[in-house]
Amino acid sequence: MLGTGLIQGLAVTAKNLVGSFHDPARYTTVEYPEVKQKLPEAYRNFPFLVAENAEDPMGTLRCVACLICEKECPPQCIYIVRERDAKGKVVTRPKVFDIDISVCMSCQICVEVCPFDAIKMDQEFEIATASRFDALLLKKEDLAKPNTYYHQIHPKEAAEVDAILAEQKAKAAATKAEAASKSEAAKATKPASATTPSPAAPRAEAPKPPPAA
Amino acid sequence: MSAAATTDAFLERAPQLLRDAVTGFLPEPWRWIVNGIIAIAVILAVFGLLFAFLTLAERKILGRVQNRPGPNRAPTPTLPFLKFLGKIRTYGLAQPFADGVKALTKEDVVPRDADKLLHFLAPVALLAFSILTFAVIPYGRHLVPLELDAAVLYFFAAGASTELAVFMAGWASRNKYSLLAAMRALAQLISYELPLLLSWVPVVMLAGTLSTTGIVEAQAGWKWGFIPHWHVLTPWGFCGFVIFMVSALAESNRSPFDLPEAESELIAGHLTEYSGFKYALFFMAEYFGMIALSGMAITLFLGGWRAPLPFLEFVPSYAWFAVKLITLLLGFIWIRATFPRLRMDQLTRFAWKFLVPLALINLGTTTVWSLMAGSTALQIARWPICLALVVVPFVVIGRTLSAGVAPRTYRYAAS
Repeated sequence: MLGTGLIQGLAVTAKNLVGSFHDPARYTTVEYPEVKQKLPEAYRNFPFLVAENAEDPMGTLRCVACLICEKECPPQCIYIVRERDAKGKVVTRPKVFDIDISVCMSCQICVEVCPFDAIKMDQEFEIATASRFDALLLKKEDLAKPNTYYHQIHPKEAAEVDAILAEQKAKAAATKAEAASKSEAAKATKPASATTPSPAAPRAEAPKPPPAA
Repeated sequence: MSAAATTDAFLERAPQLLRDAVTGFLPEPWRWIVNGIIAIAVILAVFGLLFAFLTLAERKILGRVQNRPGPNRAPTPTLPFLKFLGKIRTYGLAQPFADGVKALTKEDVVPRDADKLLHFLAPVALLAFSILTFAVIPYGRHLVPLELDAAVLYFFAAGASTELAVFMAGWASRNKYSLLAAMRALAQLISYELPLLLSWVPVVMLAGTLSTTGIVEAQAGWKWGFIPHWHVLTPWGFCGFVIFMVSALAESNRSPFDLPEAESELIAGHLTEYSGFKYALFFMAEYFGMIALSGMAITLFLGGWRAPLPFLEFVPSYAWFAVKLITLLLGFIWIRATFPRLRMDQLTRFAWKFLVPLALINLGTTTVWSLMAGSTALQIARWPICLALVVVPFVVIGRTLSAGVAPRTYRYAAS
């Protein structure tokens, strides 16, 4: 019959109109600034620095300022200056750690090369600013975020990383204990030539591959 | 409840009483003038607000049909002494006013080579002609702004004048898109003027009057005490109503007949060179045209301000008019949300080959209907005869026109 197609069409739109009020499958809009959808775990945009302790993020950064990420960064958006102590000796802590997020291309290479799991990808996307310069250059203070935050945004990955770090720590402790007992033994025979291993050395010995994405 | 009681009910007479309270003390010629001015002001205010909220309703309904919320964020302006309330969103009810402010504050660009006077006059004329049509519609039992003996004729004369303004806009813009669109619009509007006019001729034939009050009067009374004598409830009236509404869609440039503004072909049609408030005026005129044609459809076919059932007559007549008007306008929006735009040749073919013959046949049907009013037997017999006179031409003409074209098969679409 002529015109039935028109009525079918009207029925379709009417169904949508009514359905949008009670059927969440039809009405999928999330009203963004008020309601925020949970981002998928695999989402990443810019890097941040993992700190062990939320109270003292600057003191407990995992970063040892080894400069590997700075060298690997393809667009060279990372800038690191090492901390030096009063005698001018290099300390395993960054003095300056800047990431220019206007340059960063979110490639995640810094994360993959970091042997200390000190830099990870963030999910913070509301980074619009009124200024082109300062606000887009993130300092150490802006970048440092606690491990708990990492657990929040990438729970699975963070758990893996924690497990690996704990394993390494245990291994390092074991090595240290072994070395200590050896040196004990050596001291017993030859007391003058004992050397203690640097605390960072056992970690650097065992660079682990980054957790599989 | 007797008819007299309904006529004199307080709510029914409230608009008059209110007006007389204001103007009652004036001497006669002044009183007449002031009454007229009040009527104009009320029409402008009521239909201006209706236009404002109709745009909002349209956007929200279109949004819902497309499974999105539509405008719901426009906040009420924060007044200094109400700062503590913050921004109140009120479901987007402030949106029309935000749109109005936006239109008013926008730059009004006039092309260098445009005919400045005509370019300015076109939206003004369009709006003026659209508003003129509001004068003769009976909004309620005692609410007829202007009683004319040839009110229907006046209505369609004023309505047809809007075509002039559309062409004025297209011509004055000195823009190829505007001109092409204006010529298209003219072709469309004149094509649909014919079925529009033919569709209400039967009403005038049967009512025997061109006065809108008279036509509403002709639809008074109840069959078996509960079926109203509305024209739409007869075969010829239903046919006429459908033709009228389809033509009204085309006359008010509404989707699916919005060819004069076919963006993909003609930018914005005759509105291409209009900006700011002039554009808003065109928009307003389009909606006014739509509202006026709906009001006329109600008067001609849907019993005017009359209640649909006898026991509902205690509700004042203007409320019934408003209910019917809003229903029709929502129908317009529903249709816009559903149908895609026609092609130009389909559009004119639909008018000349389908609507005009049907409207002409409908004249004959009406004649048969009115000639068979003699006895009860004839009155029963005219129902199947007139139904056949409506349905058979519809099917035959439709089949002939769509032979080889419809129903379409889509090779790659999921059925």
